[in-house]
Amino acid sequence: MSINASGWRPEAPVAGGKASPTVTGNKGLMLEEALIFEIGDCETTGVDFTGVGAPAQAGAQGSGDDAGNSGFLLSQENKLAGLFRDAAIGLPGLSEPEAVRHYTRLSRQNYGIDLGFFPLGSCTMKHNPRLNEKMARLPGFADIHPLQPVDTVQGALGVINELAVWLIKLTGMYGIAMSPKAGAHGELCGILCIKAALEARGEGHRKVVLVPESAHGTNPATAAFAGFTVEDIPATAEGRVDTAALKARLGPDVAAVMITNPNTCGLFERDMKAISDAVHGVGAYVYCDGANFNAIVGRVRPGDLGIDAMHINLHKTFSTPHGGGGPGSGPVVLSEALAPFGPLPFTARYADGHIALIEEETAGDEHPHTFGRMTAFHGQMGMFTRALTYILSHGADGLRQVAEDAVLNANYILRSLEQTLEAPFGSSGPCMHEALFSDEGLADGFSTIDVAKGLIDEGFHPMTMYFPLVVHGAMLIEPTETESKAALDQFIAALRSVAERAKAGDISLKSAPHFAPRSRLDETLAARKPVLVWKEPGLAQAAE
Amino acid sequence: MRYLPLTQSDREAMLGVIGAASIDDLFVDVPEAARLDGPIHDLPMHASEMAVERHMSALARKNLTAGEVPFFLGCGAYRHHVPASVDHLIQRGEFLTAYTPYQPEIAQGTLQMLFEFQTQVARLLGTDVANASMYDGSTACWEAIGMARRITKRGKAILSSGLHPHYVSVAKTMAKYTGDVLETASPTLTADTDLESLIGAIDKDTSCVVVQYPDILGRIADLKPLADACHANKALLIAVVTEPVALGAIKSPGEMDADIVVGEGQSLGVGLQFGGPYVGLFGCKEKYVRQMPGRLCGETLDADGRRGFVLTLSTREQHIRREKATSNICTNSGLCALAFSIHMTLLGEKGLRTLASVNHHGAVAAAERLARVPGVELVTTAFFNEFTLKLPVEARPVVRMLADRGILAGVSLGRLYPGEQGLANGLVVAVTETTSAEDVETLAAALEEILA
Repeated sequence: MSINASGWRPEAPVAGGKASPTVTGNKGLMLEEALIFEIGDCETTGVDFTGVGAPAQAGAQGSGDDAGNSGFLLSQENKLAGLFRDAAIGLPGLSEPEAVRHYTRLSRQNYGIDLGFFPLGSCTMKHNPRLNEKMARLPGFADIHPLQPVDTVQGALGVINELAVWLIKLTGMYGIAMSPKAGAHGELCGILCIKAALEARGEGHRKVVLVPESAHGTNPATAAFAGFTVEDIPATAEGRVDTAALKARLGPDVAAVMITNPNTCGLFERDMKAISDAVHGVGAYVYCDGANFNAIVGRVRPGDLGIDAMHINLHKTFSTPHGGGGPGSGPVVLSEALAPFGPLPFTARYADGHIALIEEETAGDEHPHTFGRMTAFHGQMGMFTRALTYILSHGADGLRQVAEDAVLNANYILRSLEQTLEAPFGSSGPCMHEALFSDEGLADGFSTIDVAKGLIDEGFHPMTMYFPLVVHGAMLIEPTETESKAALDQFIAALRSVAERAKAGDISLKSAPHFAPRSRLDETLAARKPVLVWKEPGLAQAAE
Repeated sequence: MRYLPLTQSDREAMLGVIGAASIDDLFVDVPEAARLDGPIHDLPMHASEMAVERHMSALARKNLTAGEVPFFLGCGAYRHHVPASVDHLIQRGEFLTAYTPYQPEIAQGTLQMLFEFQTQVARLLGTDVANASMYDGSTACWEAIGMARRITKRGKAILSSGLHPHYVSVAKTMAKYTGDVLETASPTLTADTDLESLIGAIDKDTSCVVVQYPDILGRIADLKPLADACHANKALLIAVVTEPVALGAIKSPGEMDADIVVGEGQSLGVGLQFGGPYVGLFGCKEKYVRQMPGRLCGETLDADGRRGFVLTLSTREQHIRREKATSNICTNSGLCALAFSIHMTLLGEKGLRTLASVNHHGAVAAAERLARVPGVELVTTAFFNEFTLKLPVEARPVVRMLADRGILAGVSLGRLYPGEQGLANGLVVAVTETTSAEDVETLAAALEEILA
């Protein structure tokens, strides 16, 4: 017998009690977090500067512990030409523990691949290997300046060059532009190469770019930016480009077609080579949106299909992290016809192993037809190191297995769910890396968004909704190769259940999600009265 | 393969469910001539973590790392100390492995962070609003020029000679396709900026004047007279800030009435990374918000009346507007924006001002010391943390010689403006809190030797 003076006695847990609302708004591990403007203040800082800077200067500025910060105020003797910023800026600070807690708590309101299945179609949300992160942070890569003398950055240029060689060989293309910052930037690069090539031929009058209806919105936006007129090409009933319609539209005014292959319906464009031949036959070029390269890497080389330019999203196929919306990286592989027009800068390896950086200075000799520069410096180096690490880890055999497993996983989902959900192109042959369903058969008043929000309650990130536009209420599911069969089976069971509820008109789905940090958000309110920056509550009211 | 969870028996079971005899059956739509029958030749096979690490580390070792030597490069990318917690926090899987917040109920972490980022950026730049980031400063700059064209319906942009030459190159590339006419010039090695001549060049066809602050040579000048001259002609003033730390010391462009302020946010949180990924900052006056490119995060309420955040005003964007969008931009630079925002939160206003002060005083001391090297002349009289020296000889070979001695001395204007004889002797030197007095002394002594 021991004495327990605290009065505590173990007792059996009671089930089924009703919770009271909490005063904090927190619910156990589901933690609310205020804005930095509400919890921080302009006098707090999480960075110490004691002993930083030139010693003579540190000695001249005040004394005592606090001098580490406040002592460093700008002296009267500055070289700021009277432009000293005397008005308050309004930037709140937090001490390090407060800051770490703030961002950690925010992070817990996010879904990520690390937490679970994230089948966002067309986005290729695959596992992000942590070796990639480690390699990108080697000081030899992370802590070098883009304008250092070229002899002092041969290893960095080596990474760019080695990755370039891999991407060229994997795609069967002739050349590559490494500098584009993201997929859409890469599209622009490809289209500008095409424009430059046409102008060099004296055919700048070609003004039309043909884009299938199922294309990503970036395709028409890119073509329009480059001064082209965009014309839609219809899809066939089986979900592919209408080759006859496309061929019928080809003519001397057509500059290019932009085709996504595999396409956004998740299908391989069977006629791709014939389309390319027909396009080339009228003197136009073929741009391929390479967003879906993950389905065919190692199995098919786009160069064998007559492609002239294709961007590669390193953040999709080659696993660089999506980071909550970037940074991306969009190198563009080019055919022999377009390579001479590619942008600056690029690397060139000489026989002695030295790698040169071809910029404006040397372009006149080495690359006279370039259309110019697309970005400061040399592109997304931090993404190159990650992508190269990923590629070396997989090798030629592993990359081929990536495509096979990605396609296998998608077909498994398609065939496991086509009895439950309408698969508009289910009879068009095997899908590639993603499975497409429509909202047909859901109860009146129920749509794809209700299925998606129901999946959130089941612990999944929803699929892509309402894209591609050619399918009513599209649900585009891309599992990627880094999901296990058990993960797929759990998702399939969950989606079956949610879809059946939507077909039965289960009203609880209309208010889903119920178990997320927030219920459905009012996007109309956000757009009608945009609040894009935080204002002091009094000021915010005064502004109304 | 350590990244592929399917086992061989999983694959067989799944093929059974699909009704396919082999994986090849799933690729039947690929034309036969384009099917590869095995791994692509002359490429290596998969490798262990250790083997890959060895290969990458060997490449990394071939570079001269900034942190290991006296280092003075700037010109659009600056070496600042980034607190350890920044890199820790951005590697949390919920941030690192999330995507664009298309499902706001489970992306409030990213969305709230973007709302905070937009507010921090707007306050730093002195603008009413800011977006959720662009690719980098150079692309943000040409997007701003396009925005000015849409607002003013005019097609002539005047670019200051003090604008980073890469930014000018990017704008020139894009202008070829948009039809904008750009007036550009090379800088001169003088203490004064080109504000006077810019003011004189504005006319009724001018859509905007683009001016960098501090400029490529490190110079600063009051932008208010330029803003007034722009507005008198119904043109916009676009200010470009490549060193955001400067705005902890000097007036923001917004306070001097710039209409659009763009910048490179790399200095805070991101690191040098050989030029990318970086993070473009983009702010403007509220009345122009619907002409802005890029993502915007806005405050709203959820169905239960709780505050929450969503992406908003997306009718400007390509996924809705397609060929009529304000830009083709899709991705922003989310994780770099997060790094910027965390670093800014750790600094706070007090920390930012201290950081700016340390930078400025370090630069002033370095400029004075280097100007005492015989034959070296200090060109810039008003600057923040970067200044230009005129050497008695061409700077480019000097920079190479200094690199051989393990000193990364700065950016020679010969590198940025090849073939411009009037600039060849110019050397742009940046000094940050990471630069020690010893570093400055080492550079000064080496310069004295080389120039003797």
